[in-house]
Amino acid sequence: MDFYPMLFSHVSRCLAATTLCAAVFLVSVAGAAEKDFLPAIVYDFGGKFDRSFNQSASEGAEKFKKDTGIAYREFEITNAAQRDLAMAQLAKRGASIIVAVGFTQASAVEKVAKQFPAVKFTIIDAVVDLPNVQSINFREQESSFLCGMAAALVSKTGKVGFVGGMDIPLIRKFALGYAQGVHFVNPAAEIFENMTGTTPAAWGDPTKGAELARSQFGRGADVVFHAAGATGIGVMQAAKDSGKFSIGCDSNQNYLHPGSVLTSAMKSVDVAVYRAFSEAKAGTWKPGQLVLGLPENGVGYSLDEYNRKLLTPAIEARLQRAKADIVSGKIVVAEYKAP
Amino acid sequence: METYTLIVLLMAATIRMATPLLLAAMAGLFSERSGVIDLGLEGKMLGAAFAAAAVSATTGSVWLGLGAGILTAVALALVIGYACITHRGNQVVAGMAVTIMVVGLGPTLGLAWFNLGGQTPQLDGAGQRFTSLVWPWAETAREMPLPGLLYAELLSGQNLLVYFAAALVPFSAWIFYRTRFGLRLRAVGENPHAVDTAGISVNGLRYQAVIISGVLCGFAGTYLSTAASSGFVRDMTAGKGYLALAALIFGKWKPWPTLGACLLFAFTDALATRLQGVALPVVGVVPVQFILALPYVLTVLLLAGFVGQAVAPKAIGVPYSK
Repeated sequence: MDFYPMLFSHVSRCLAATTLCAAVFLVSVAGAAEKDFLPAIVYDFGGKFDRSFNQSASEGAEKFKKDTGIAYREFEITNAAQRDLAMAQLAKRGASIIVAVGFTQASAVEKVAKQFPAVKFTIIDAVVDLPNVQSINFREQESSFLCGMAAALVSKTGKVGFVGGMDIPLIRKFALGYAQGVHFVNPAAEIFENMTGTTPAAWGDPTKGAELARSQFGRGADVVFHAAGATGIGVMQAAKDSGKFSIGCDSNQNYLHPGSVLTSAMKSVDVAVYRAFSEAKAGTWKPGQLVLGLPENGVGYSLDEYNRKLLTPAIEARLQRAKADIVSGKIVVAEYKAP
Repeated sequence: METYTLIVLLMAATIRMATPLLLAAMAGLFSERSGVIDLGLEGKMLGAAFAAAAVSATTGSVWLGLGAGILTAVALALVIGYACITHRGNQVVAGMAVTIMVVGLGPTLGLAWFNLGGQTPQLDGAGQRFTSLVWPWAETAREMPLPGLLYAELLSGQNLLVYFAAALVPFSAWIFYRTRFGLRLRAVGENPHAVDTAGISVNGLRYQAVIISGVLCGFAGTYLSTAASSGFVRDMTAGKGYLALAALIFGKWKPWPTLGACLLFAFTDALATRLQGVALPVVGVVPVQFILALPYVLTVLLLAGFVGQAVAPKAIGVPYSK
């Protein structure tokens, strides 16, 4: 929020200019590079350590490095203008495969993939239809459905909340799946749905996230599900501070506040990244579209020692039954379609 | 009753959101009334937010964090002071320079020290954050009708820095209008030559004002990273420094009207947060985009329609030379 728009845009323009220069030089190398195979990854807004979406991607890359000993290059986007530059730079410097994390990278991937037809590109959360691009998407509505069920099962007030990051179809997809899951258990349940903003800044505003969560608690919600990247850190903190439950997103976030995080809607971005890297190395990498859902273990909910006490065996049994029904097609989770 | 609860919760959110604005605006008030434009508010806050979170994370004490936040903000304020007061540099440029420097420096140091992509570790240990203080009988009072909820939600349950900010307004007003220091401070912003003729050091007074501004920015930044959230995130001030400056101008460089402006800005923001997806009477559910634009629209309307001319301190922005 800035009420000093002229001044502020001036500042951000200065910053854009400086970071742009930095972008050209700062394509960092994690460890020593090997000559022939060089994977690279470009993170989205929110940053590599958002404890959510991007962090999951980074864990996949780290795992690949650990298993194979092959170092990878990485780049964190801090403003929109850097994307093309960073990718082109990585491609020019000999990257064999570039994984672009996040739907906002689609146009950059399309542009750079055309310039470098010999380089393999994998984009996550978007579809780019080019002969050297692989598009990996997830059926987030399925994991959100299970989390919605969990929320409705533990809620005492019959009111649950949802905090989204940027208001985009992908996040609406989470929200819709969640709502279906909640109503599957409790048709009378009330759901409060909030979006943090309409710009990419909405992925990194924990203060706003906490405020949104508090507003939902104030209206009676006792479980809140976030799909908001780093903004979600604030959502979960607010839930902990107010003695309510939160549901994490993308990564397993149960460990953040044991006893307060009910579960996490997992999205195996790490598996996708690991898979893209290793297939590219083995030569089995194929362009085209890939959609991962519950049957492929691409999405799911997390259960570990941190939330064992919250997700009782009774709840777990219901979730497992619903999961089996979704896999077998008995329950059909509707997908959000942009109008 | 439902509506009443909503209104009280809205007021509580307004107070939480107004606190950093108010602290920063009071910081700006001291600096600007002495004749030094304070465009470094954003940078000083951000620097303090980073220092407070970093020190609180490593030492486990939020009080040491607050100390570090204040020291950092004062150091940055002195940089501005040295450039603008001692060397009569351009105040706008110096303030912006400090802000831009901190925007880059915070995440860079964070990356080097904590290896978490420019964030600080999450503060969740005991004593690492300013958490809300619950006043006696708040839970019992909540059950009571009208005044009880007000007591439980508004007076109780805020953190220490909120009370500090609230006390700061009457205290600043007292300093400005009832003390010798305040009189001199106002005079040096209006007519430094007269102050100099009276045998009082203009530069000395301005340095004092700039240091006070630094201390208050330290509180504002510490509030952001250790009370409102739990740790430092890149660009976490998100323009609040400039917003505070706008509130200061809106409040005509006076403590009480500035408080009003801060509360108004915070209220529109809190309203925007809460109106999303709520069905309003007559119009029904309003689209998210409109709700998010509401604070800006309201501010423009108020600025255009209801606030008279704001007269700045006469000597603001003018370096003093004999």
